[in-house]
Amino acid sequence: MSSITKPLIVTRKLERNALGLTRLDYEGEMSTLCAGCGHDAITAGIVQAFFDLALPPHRAVKLSGIGCSSKTTAYLVSQGHGLNAVHGRMPAVASGANAANRSLTYVGISGDGDSLSIGLGQLCHAIRRNVNMLYVLENNGVYGLTKGQFSASTDVGSKSKRGASNQEGPIDPVLLALSLGATFVARGFSGDKEQLVPLLMAGLQHQGFAFVDVLSPCVTFNDHEGSTKSYTFIRKSRQEAAGFVPYQAEIATQYGAGSVQPITMHDGTVLYLRKIDEDYDPTDRAGAFSYVSERQAKGEIVTGLLHIKQDGGDMHDRERTVATPLRDLSFDELCPGTAGLDRLMDEYL
Amino acid sequence: MKPTDVSDPQYYHRVVDCQWACPAHTNVPEYIRLIAQGRYTESYLLNRESNVFPGILGRTCDRPCEPACRRGRIEAKPVAICRLKRVASDYRGDITGQLPTAPEQRNGKRIALIGCGPASLTVANDLAPLGYELTIFDKLGETGGLMRTNIPKFRLPPRVLDEEIDVILDMGVDLRLGHEITSLEAFLDEHDYDAVFIGSGAPKGKDLDIPGRQEAEPFIEIGITWLESVAFGHVTEIEGRVLIIGVGNTAMDCCRTSKRLGATDIKVMGRRGRRHFKASPWELEDAEEELIEIVENHSPKEFVLENGKLKGMTFAVHEWVTGEDGKERQEPVGEVFLPADRVILAIGQEAAFPWVERDIGIEFDEWGMLRVDKTTFMTTRAGVFVGGDAAWGPENIIWAVEHGHQAAISIHQYCRGLPIEERPPVGLNLISQKMGLAQWSYSNYYDFGLRAKMEHVDLSTRFESLDIEVEKGFDLEQTLEEVERCLNCDIQTHFTDHLCIECDACLDICPVHCLTITHNAEEAELRLQVPAPATNLDQPLFASGELPQTRRIMVKDEDLCIHCGLCAERCPTAAWDMRKFEFLQPYAGRSIEPVEELTHV
Ligand SMILES: Cc1cc2nc3c(=O)[nH]c(=O)nc-3n(C[C@H](O)[C@H](O)[C@H](O)COP(=O)(O)OP(=O)(O)OC[C@H]3O[C@@H](n4cnc5c(N)ncnc54)[C@H](O)[C@@H]3O)c2cc1C
Ligand SMILES: Cc1ncc(C[n+]2csc(CCOP(=O)(O)OP(=O)(O)O)c2C)c(N)n1
Ligand code: SF4
Ligand code: SF4
Ligand code: SF4
Ligand SMILES: [Mg+2]
Repeated sequence: MSSITKPLIVTRKLERNALGLTRLDYEGEMSTLCAGCGHDAITAGIVQAFFDLALPPHRAVKLSGIGCSSKTTAYLVSQGHGLNAVHGRMPAVASGANAANRSLTYVGISGDGDSLSIGLGQLCHAIRRNVNMLYVLENNGVYGLTKGQFSASTDVGSKSKRGASNQEGPIDPVLLALSLGATFVARGFSGDKEQLVPLLMAGLQHQGFAFVDVLSPCVTFNDHEGSTKSYTFIRKSRQEAAGFVPYQAEIATQYGAGSVQPITMHDGTVLYLRKIDEDYDPTDRAGAFSYVSERQAKGEIVTGLLHIKQDGGDMHDRERTVATPLRDLSFDELCPGTAGLDRLMDEYL
Repeated sequence: MKPTDVSDPQYYHRVVDCQWACPAHTNVPEYIRLIAQGRYTESYLLNRESNVFPGILGRTCDRPCEPACRRGRIEAKPVAICRLKRVASDYRGDITGQLPTAPEQRNGKRIALIGCGPASLTVANDLAPLGYELTIFDKLGETGGLMRTNIPKFRLPPRVLDEEIDVILDMGVDLRLGHEITSLEAFLDEHDYDAVFIGSGAPKGKDLDIPGRQEAEPFIEIGITWLESVAFGHVTEIEGRVLIIGVGNTAMDCCRTSKRLGATDIKVMGRRGRRHFKASPWELEDAEEELIEIVENHSPKEFVLENGKLKGMTFAVHEWVTGEDGKERQEPVGEVFLPADRVILAIGQEAAFPWVERDIGIEFDEWGMLRVDKTTFMTTRAGVFVGGDAAWGPENIIWAVEHGHQAAISIHQYCRGLPIEERPPVGLNLISQKMGLAQWSYSNYYDFGLRAKMEHVDLSTRFESLDIEVEKGFDLEQTLEEVERCLNCDIQTHFTDHLCIECDACLDICPVHCLTITHNAEEAELRLQVPAPATNLDQPLFASGELPQTRRIMVKDEDLCIHCGLCAERCPTAAWDMRKFEFLQPYAGRSIEPVEELTHV
């Protein structure tokens, strides 16, 4: 908690994006999370990604469940729409909202407890449905809000603050998503925005379910020695497989041309993939799965863009949902009328 | 870039823009906080430490602090630092008993001070408490120098002058008014002073050598001499149309004084455009408020007389055009005649030393000025010191005060047989302002209030007499709003690199985006790494040592930091802390007293 709210100061140096907006236009309420919480850095990363992509803030939808992580939707893009769903149930709400209005930008924010414990089933089906949204799992290996119990992503042997050692095997969100056929799988770290922001930007542009697992240390309950989700442990064990170049201009200056591979997105925008490990091919799902699990066995945490599949076909394609937002349809278009309903009933009888 | 050494007192000093810009290094943010707490007397006394004349300066200071004020870089207008100084003076309680006193037992050293302006008075202020026997000589019958003879009473009431000067004189200073020194050689031979301080000012007004000057003599006044005559009541009126030549401080006082003495049509004639005027913007505004016309781009050419009577003056008129090389050039566009009954010349002043012999070991430079050492303020003759306008030409009161402090240090060294080049060191105190979780000892919120406007006495009554003070001073309500505009730049963001876990919380919260964590590089490159690039090269860039986890460094651009403390509030490890920086300055006989050593830097 801070004693003062952040003053909105417009200085001569404030940068503006293509919409003429400043970063301030993408911020939200003051965070009430613990000072130094990784989740706050992710919030700042999302703000940056929105700003850089010049997305209209009033057309953003922020959805979450319950947890410290889920609280953060209040701390960004205050002009956007938002809903805190019941614990673990955000994916269902996101699917419904998306079905009703596909013209908005959907961002789901969740935690390891919210997504991998109580909401695991919800997450799995949202992945299968390929709901068109950016899904950020703020992964700290504990239930932060309820004061630090082990979560479903806590590693075996990782110690609680009081010294207890976790015995149950973890669910790795990345392997889970890969095995369910997710069309965009990435892993970032709250302490490295240089890597994180481009991943979030690509996720926002991806047509389909863009799943980003972000390691996000809980400074209060899980940043001690013996924890595998502490700032020091993550920094020590992190490896990068592939990532994105945020701006085309940087390709020539910062990266060798050979290591950059263009990927054309659904809407025609081109993203530039940059390989760190020459052997890594993010379009090969099975390869990605074995690469991540092999490295994991060696105690390495693989980060970066891990898998991308461009022609996955999202929920709208499969369900043949109407392109016009429901609220823009006339009553006549929305309501089939008695005759139409009767016809429908006949189909089922 | 090398890690910033914040144990050097000058680093944090520079961050306190106002204090850094003040020649006497007045602790502005602290005095403003004292006012905010209603502790006017303490605020006054703190001011007095460094600037000696808070009541006088709170009305007349040239205020170099204000253009430097950080607030002016965040929004348009700086904090009304100067007028808050006057608040401390206006609302203070009784200070007798809290002022320095001279010891019963004198130290046996006798010092002569020539001139009774702010420079000499400051020397006396610093040396009297040390037991020196001080004698001040002034050719005039009154104290204060130009502060009394040239600054008009409607800007500076005599009672304020008397009060602050008397405090010094009451420490047992021997005052010899009406005593002009006409030969320094004779003076030095006659008396056996241990040291002499020359604070004789720059009393010679410059003349204008153009056709008609001789003939027009009866109709021409030299600005500073004329103001002196007005101050002493020798001149009580000026009638008709008055042209003031020059647009500096003196011109402003001349035109406003003319207005009060009956002139009907007053024009202040500038040779260049408004941007180049020497007078401060607020002086120009005050004159224009009194319906005085300020004319740009007119160079005086000739005094025009008819039958031995002044008719007016002709002026060459210019225009400023920007040439292809981007430089501005003056181009003549014609000539005008302006009718006038009187002309006042206010085109500058200089020091003059007809009373200092050239063969007594005191060297002069090619312009007839004394050769004075920049740090010791001693002339080439041992034991003869100089300060104020006499040293390097006309400046202002606050510079005269600072010269006086430094000269007093030298005199004290000199009289004890110590080397005067050896200056007592400056220092710092640095004390955490943390009061609890997310609680600070100071008002850290950024207040969006706009600069308080000084109320003036009504135009219908202010000209009734010469001594109606125009500015009314701030009332309590204005004061309370204005103090909150101060950003507390002395409460420093102090960084301890080995505590940082690189969580980015400080970077993300900072309202002005002035922090970053990055790999070390040259300063020029680091400046571009800051989210709001550190393009103001006048402002320092802070670089930490290597951070433990990644070997990167913390970089802070001091330029726009509003000292809100949010970085320290969001820091989980207290790697950032808000610490009050106190710049410790030595004065004659008073070395600095740091209360807390800087423990980890
Ligand atoms: C019109 C005008 C307005 C000004 N307004 C401001 C203002 O608003 N704010 C500001 O900060 N500054 C102002 N200044 C400048 C300021 O007044 C001077 O810079 C300051 O007073 C210099 O102080 P000093 O002690 O060096 O000398 P002075 O104040 O000039 O004092 C020198 C004294 O020495 C005496 N003296 C000289 N020669 C001898 C001698 N041979 N024997 C004995 N006595 C001698 C003189 O009579 C005089 O009293 C103004 C100046 C002028 C001319
Ligand atoms: C239905 C339901 N069950 C249990 C809870 C209690 N609860 C609140 S937050 C939380 C865990 C949140 O953990 P996570 O998603 O990892 O969020 P974090 O606080 O760690 O960011 C739990 C179990 C609840 N609010 N609702
Ligand atoms: S308890 Fe942990 S997860 Fe929750 S706000 Fe604090 S540091 Fe963040
Ligand atoms: S005090 Fe800290 S947070 Fe506030 S402006 Fe300065 S650096 Fe930024
Ligand atoms: S908030 Fe503190 S620990 Fe975190 S990066 Fe800033 S200084 Fe380091
Ligand atoms: Mg969690």
